[in-house]
Amino acid sequence: MEFIKICGAVLTLIGSLFILFAAIGLLRMPDIYNRIQAGTKATTLGSILTLLGIGLIHPDWLLKLILLILFVLISNPVSSHVLGRAAYFIGIPLSAKTHIDNLKQDRQENPVTKENES
Amino acid sequence: MNLKTMKLKEISIIFIILFAAWLILNQSTATEYLVSGALIALAISMLMCRHCTVFDELRLSPKAFLFTLLFLFTFIKELIKANFDIAWRVLSPSLPIKPGIIRATTTLQSKMARLILANSITLTPGTFTIDIIDDTLYIHCVYVDSEDPEQYGQQIIRKFEKYLEVIYG
Repeated sequence: MEFIKICGAVLTLIGSLFILFAAIGLLRMPDIYNRIQAGTKATTLGSILTLLGIGLIHPDWLLKLILLILFVLISNPVSSHVLGRAAYFIGIPLSAKTHIDNLKQDRQENPVTKENES
Repeated sequence: MNLKTMKLKEISIIFIILFAAWLILNQSTATEYLVSGALIALAISMLMCRHCTVFDELRLSPKAFLFTLLFLFTFIKELIKANFDIAWRVLSPSLPIKPGIIRATTTLQSKMARLILANSITLTPGTFTIDIIDDTLYIHCVYVDSEDPEQYGQQIIRKFEKYLEVIYG
């Protein structure tokens, strides 16, 4: 019993470390797209591990926490996709380090894609 | 006839999901909980999913089930690998990033399968889907790790696509 609780605590610690890395990434990355990468998504594993750790410490809550993880897994990609897409289409520039942009090339060659933006 | 069975499949899948969520949230198997939950789940699934086409192309065969498990396994593996990768990039002093937006074409036809593919790519750190136009996905990568971006995009997609092909038509 004690062992499971320690496992839970370790999982929670690792999860919060990943969230810390995400915060550092948010500060260090050069543009919004890379910040989305570091910020919203290093938290995926971070929050999953944290919730699982809490689940091990309080086994009664485990099923509810798994439900919570599922909701995070559904809502997280949608929100980061929408943020990134909106940023791209209102023309926030990519950082100078970006060395390839196929989407821009294709949109210049074929501007019909306008209808897809709605 | 065909249309009718399709609808039945939609309704039953939604019903199972709703009822399972209800049971997990209540954590009780008392009769009144079971009955009221079943009634409400049935009412919602009948009212809301008469015209849904969300699970139309989902295959309910043992092989599809096996591939769902394999898909989840691959997904979790990629998730952990990519998280460590991003953590390393963020922490190393020189910030080794080489971002780019690359295109990748998918062979999946089903809308739901494409949604799951795009969401899996987005959930894996280091890559996220900016847009889907026809059957081309535009993926923003933190590190485009190849001379040939075209091939790299295909590589990212392929990892998930081979399972989704079997699960959906």
